[in-house]
Amino acid sequence: MATKVFMEALSPTMEEGVLTQWTKNEGDAVKSGDVIAEIETDKAIMELVARGDGILRKQLIAGGATAPVGTLIGVIAAADENIDSLVGGAGASAPKPEASAPPAGSNATPAAPPASGASTESAVPKSEDPAHATETGSKGATAITAGSAGAPQPGAKEETGAATSQDPNAPRPKSSPLARRLASDQGIELSSIDGSGPGGRIIKRDIEAALASGGTAKAATGTSAPARAAASGADYVDIPLTQIRKTIARRLSESIGPIPTFYLTAEYDISKVTELRTAMTELGDEFKVSVNDIIIKAVATALAKHPEVNAHWTGDGIRQFNRVHIGMAVAIDDGLITPVIFDADRKGLSEISAEAKVLAKKARERKLKPEEFTGSTFSISNLGMFGIDQFTAIINPPEVGILAVGSATDTPVVVNGELTIQKRLRVTMSCDHRAVDGATGAKFLQTLRRLLENPLMLIY
Amino acid sequence: MATFDVIFLGGGPAGYVGAIRCAQLGMSVGVVEREGLGGTCVMWGCIPAKALLASASLAEKVKKGAEFGVIANDVKFDLGAAVKRSRAVSLQNSKGVEFLFKKNKITWLKGTGKITSKNTVSVKGEDGKEEKHEAKKAICVSTGSRVRGLPQAGLELNKTTIISSDEALILDKAPKSIAIVGAGAVGCEFADVYNAFGSEVTIVEVAKTILPVEDADVSAELTRAFKKRKINLMTDAKIKSVKAGKSSVKLSIEINGKTEDLEVEKVLVAAGRAPNIEDIGIKELGVQMTDRGFIKINEKMETSVKGIYAIGDVAGPPMLAHKGEREGLVFAEFLAGKDHVHPVNYNNIPNATYCHPEVASIGMTERELKEKKIEYKAGKFPFSANGRARTSGETEGFVKILVDPKYGEILGAHMVGASVTEMIHEIAVARENEYTVEEIELAIHAHPTLSEAVAEATLDAMGRVIHA
Repeated sequence: MATKVFMEALSPTMEEGVLTQWTKNEGDAVKSGDVIAEIETDKAIMELVARGDGILRKQLIAGGATAPVGTLIGVIAAADENIDSLVGGAGASAPKPEASAPPAGSNATPAAPPASGASTESAVPKSEDPAHATETGSKGATAITAGSAGAPQPGAKEETGAATSQDPNAPRPKSSPLARRLASDQGIELSSIDGSGPGGRIIKRDIEAALASGGTAKAATGTSAPARAAASGADYVDIPLTQIRKTIARRLSESIGPIPTFYLTAEYDISKVTELRTAMTELGDEFKVSVNDIIIKAVATALAKHPEVNAHWTGDGIRQFNRVHIGMAVAIDDGLITPVIFDADRKGLSEISAEAKVLAKKARERKLKPEEFTGSTFSISNLGMFGIDQFTAIINPPEVGILAVGSATDTPVVVNGELTIQKRLRVTMSCDHRAVDGATGAKFLQTLRRLLENPLMLIY
Repeated sequence: MATFDVIFLGGGPAGYVGAIRCAQLGMSVGVVEREGLGGTCVMWGCIPAKALLASASLAEKVKKGAEFGVIANDVKFDLGAAVKRSRAVSLQNSKGVEFLFKKNKITWLKGTGKITSKNTVSVKGEDGKEEKHEAKKAICVSTGSRVRGLPQAGLELNKTTIISSDEALILDKAPKSIAIVGAGAVGCEFADVYNAFGSEVTIVEVAKTILPVEDADVSAELTRAFKKRKINLMTDAKIKSVKAGKSSVKLSIEINGKTEDLEVEKVLVAAGRAPNIEDIGIKELGVQMTDRGFIKINEKMETSVKGIYAIGDVAGPPMLAHKGEREGLVFAEFLAGKDHVHPVNYNNIPNATYCHPEVASIGMTERELKEKKIEYKAGKFPFSANGRARTSGETEGFVKILVDPKYGEILGAHMVGASVTEMIHEIAVARENEYTVEEIELAIHAHPTLSEAVAEATLDAMGRVIHA
């Protein structure tokens, strides 16, 4: 019984994925659970595993191609199983259960014998196209299949070639005729390009920009080099959106648009935090924590006392959480992602520190699992390490607040008529006014002040 | 003293169209204009010239009347009457703009304006009184351009024997002979008018052809048509000396290494326009200019001084009413902070010359494509093979479309013939939307129409022409 390989929804928000590479070749034996491909989702590069045992008989899309979730992208089957009907129907999405059964006609077709040829051909190098091997190895079956009316032709090669092209039913992006002609000639998928023409229409310059920036799979192999050279005189480089960049844009503009945001800024004396940190570092490497770890702990502790800030806006209500899951924004090569430290208020500093380190590393390697970057109840963005004194962050909906943390700087302050120097930290909280009022946010920041100015409270 | 959001300096096509769009977008608008609304275009350019050309066209048709079975005896051609009609048309158009101002609640600040600070304009009325007005958002310079003459060639305008288009538009009778210096659009149009009304016309052009910026095939076709109409053409010609008498002008012209003398009743200087940048206060504000003496602007029509904008002729070539109008629209939309403002596409501005046969073009010429080493294919279709052109006896000219051989992109289109100034817009629309020759051809063209020549030219570019 053949197993179909679909583009799976590997993240909760994934709508389509880029198959960055097949990790199994056609003809390779696979077991259920084996990794057969790497998929770039809107958030990360994920592994696609086999859902059945057999031979990876067919790869229906090439490495680098994009496919919507639900698209049939491959077939796992026994070496001698006739998969023509499956392969022929490729390209159509939505897995219909009845489609997985071979057509009645082919039931009657005797399964191609494991081909006496197969054994004699076992010396043939593995790289040989298995489809080809099937064809040559089972002439008899071919004849019979071809004879049965309406049955898909076993010209597997041509058919799969067609199947790799885009789903004809997928919505077509708006584009000019000239842009379409250029795109089809250069092998560029229009859906991979954002239009800059009237109403977001894809026009000539968008295709040229895509070509210049290395564009798509096919362009990269041949035609992009001259295009890039031709465009190198320009004052700018147009960069097509990666999946993650698209998601960031969509999500963040969703945020700044409908969310009535206001900002609260506070400045804290964190001299004691630095002292605490120094003291802990002196105790030994295993006690070493960063200022950021302490901030996470403090924010989580404060949130536990202010559930009105530790909440989601659900559209028809506000969901306050009893548990505190802190999303921490991590900059990665082509964007950012917010892995989550769950129950941060109940975790010790050492635990938070260790988890933050691992999550940041995984984020940068794009190895985060969906469950590791979803479910936060509040987020923190820290740009202190970039020398940013103060900034505002954009709320990550449905959360209702995010804390933007700047750099801690030595600042002259007058205390009791005396000029002293304090390590001071500026934080700005963005609040969704639909859920959080000014005073509510201010009270939270007050609690946070008590904690950060007296970090011993965190130990209590 | 009145306060507006925007004050325009000049009510020509750039200024008045920009003003209307600003008003539509909810701004209060004042427009300073000393003469009639509509500016040079309506009063002293496009409109009155086209009215005269309509008279010329009718005159030419009447001359061929017998062939069409229309026999008119005792036909007289009276330029004075044609001019009278032309002035009436101008006035009517100007009144039309006045009506549009009222409709859009735009204030006409009648008089001569000067910018006195980044947000004030003083307007001096006919009575000599000055009044200051405040512009809260923007001052937009749309003062246009004027005829300059060619003093460097000895052609100082004297308004009687050496004239500009301003005087040419109001001559009460056709001169016996006239030399027209400059064979651009203006020169060719006046040559057409005076020739139709019986003047002996000589065109003097320093370049190698008439309409030198147009495609070479176009210049050649118009040359043939003008020669047939007995218009004398002196191209590649240099004026060596000018002697202006009371009732005639003697010109000495160097052509083909020889010097020829020419005595004419009048000389029309149809070359050289200068932007109106003097005495409007921009120098005092330090507004940056281009090397060629126009106001320097960016995509949003902003000058180097915040709050001061410029549109139309004064902001640089091409000095065309429709280019100014578009700049006015774009200025208004940027100022209103509209999203996705479509910037002026300076590569897709049609050119139109309304002599007979008419000339229209858009995009690049073959010459430019060769200079830029851009590969192209030319599709061409002559009006002599077009049914509608035959029916009206207007078979001069052709449609030529220059196409990218690989993708069918329309790189340029060049047309000579009756009504081609109307037909060019099919190509303008196509180019603006990036249609290729295929999309043009796929659209069914009515039969019989002159526009079929456009479809046939696209077919020719694809090697599939039907009727030739």
